[in-house]
Amino acid sequence: MEKEVKLMKGNEAIAEAVIRAGADGYFGYPITPQSEVIEYLMAEQPWERTGMVVLQAESEVAAINMVYGGAACGKRVMTSSSSPGISLKQEGLTYIAGAELPCLVMNCVRGGPGLGTIQPAQSDYFQTTKGGGHGDYRLIVLAPASVQEMSDFAELGFDLAFKYRNPVMILTDGIIGQMMEKVELKPQKARKTQEEIIKECPWATVGKPTTRERNIITSLDLVAANQEKFNIKLQAKYKEIQEKEVRYEAIKCDDADYILVAYGCSARLCMKAIDLLRANGIKVGLIRPITLFPFPSKILFELANRVKGFLAVELSAGQMVEDVELAVKNKVIVKHFGRMGGMIPSPEEIVEALEQKIIGGK
Amino acid sequence: MTQEELNNIIKPENLVYEKSKIMTNNTLSFCPGCGHGTAHRIIAEVIEEMGIQEQTIGISPVGCSVLMYNFLDIDMQQAAHGRAPALATAIKRLMPEKYVFTYQGDGDLAAIGTAETIHACNRGENIAIIFINNGIYGMTGGQMAPTTLEGMQTATSPYGRDLKIMGNPLKITEMVAMLAGTYSVTRQSVHTAANVKKAKKAIRVAFENQKLEKGVSFVEIVSNCNSGWKLSAPAANKWMEENMFPFYPLGDIKVEGKLVK
Repeated sequence: MEKEVKLMKGNEAIAEAVIRAGADGYFGYPITPQSEVIEYLMAEQPWERTGMVVLQAESEVAAINMVYGGAACGKRVMTSSSSPGISLKQEGLTYIAGAELPCLVMNCVRGGPGLGTIQPAQSDYFQTTKGGGHGDYRLIVLAPASVQEMSDFAELGFDLAFKYRNPVMILTDGIIGQMMEKVELKPQKARKTQEEIIKECPWATVGKPTTRERNIITSLDLVAANQEKFNIKLQAKYKEIQEKEVRYEAIKCDDADYILVAYGCSARLCMKAIDLLRANGIKVGLIRPITLFPFPSKILFELANRVKGFLAVELSAGQMVEDVELAVKNKVIVKHFGRMGGMIPSPEEIVEALEQKIIGGK
Repeated sequence: MTQEELNNIIKPENLVYEKSKIMTNNTLSFCPGCGHGTAHRIIAEVIEEMGIQEQTIGISPVGCSVLMYNFLDIDMQQAAHGRAPALATAIKRLMPEKYVFTYQGDGDLAAIGTAETIHACNRGENIAIIFINNGIYGMTGGQMAPTTLEGMQTATSPYGRDLKIMGNPLKITEMVAMLAGTYSVTRQSVHTAANVKKAKKAIRVAFENQKLEKGVSFVEIVSNCNSGWKLSAPAANKWMEENMFPFYPLGDIKVEGKLVK
């Protein structure tokens, strides 16, 4: 079959990809810079194509709770938003994590805090990878660095969500969401039939037949000892995810003396910076985490045995850099470089930061 | 009466009433005299009589009835505070052939969940919303609710609800009746046998309406909270008749899409 290649925005690519991944529903609320997701879906009318439900909710809070309701029925459901809206969704996310429901959420990050700006940022890393809502829980976090990955991570996200019964967050930014690139679309997957859902999700609330006990979706247990037992089970799940699901890309690391660590749009900027540095004879490589939880700590620890330093490049005041420091364990120098509030550094600024903070730094 | 005499009476042919098969054997967590147990029971009876256990998904709220899933033998989801109508919206749209209902208290439905309530009603989701209004936050220890009456003493209105400071009690049921997306809106109670019968009929209609695909069926049940009101169960029911019913009058508000009050 001939490949289907299109020129699309990141936000449009993920919208098309969720239809093709066999999603059952999308529930959203407009916010810049990701409104193209729901605009694309409403224009595309996937209910005509696959039977997929699309609904514009009254708020981000309602949208994430619609996702809870749909996910609890074993359906493949998604919502998306940008930073201020994602803050509103934190209540729903902790309930979804606590009820062990699978779902896909996308955060197209913009500058903050508060209403901040509509320009790109990566300053929601802590919120996304360390919790966000209350309680001891984790999201599985995927960080696309291209429009192609925006498309590919829709299906991957659903697969991981259902494999672990855990919410999956696609953490992207205003650059990846808004920029246009060519993207190879996957063929349409059929939506799960009700029979398949009942078989694959025996926990789903689809109506109780006489042949089984009733299914209850809740995150409540008033007995503290039981709640602790449940928390231990959750932690074991997160540990398994850390062991099995780490994804990253290593670029030009084999002969590198220095390593840039960057995800999403920052990784794209770093690739240009590496070309500039190597043209000057400085051997620099890039570790691009694809999963932010689980974080690729092991490869960074291994590289720390043979490189001279790491520079974490992020559009924030320095958030992921803490995970780099934890991975490197003080073996060599680790520094952060970033711009904030929607500002984007040039590759030359990254070159300068590496030269000053790492090569000339202590 | 001897055991033998008793055994002669306890026979299937003498059975005049039994617990609904949709009610589990778990002990209800409600205070003696509370209306929640009766409301649960008539919902269970309606599900059993309609034969829709396998087609029904219920949503429990945050508050006294959070544990409803322990008492009804159906698939249930527990919602974050106030969000039940959002869950119900998605469930019904993803599985339109199912019966979906929410069960919510006044704090859940008329305070923190006002937006979800209004918008699910306005969109005309084909769901049933069962709203228990006792004018108080029972679970958290008797604080003021959006439906607390003027002058009513609660833990957060210890000198009585002062409208100048605390605002007015909210008649959300009359509000939702004004929305184009509600098909039937009624206010009932479960404090006497006659009222229980009427309330059960209203719940049955709310379930049956879902097949018509004409919008939300909304059943308010004005109920007591003898613990929160600091009254005995009979005194609480009397207080409810004398104080709650004049402000929240019982009866149909909207029938088959038309306002009747």
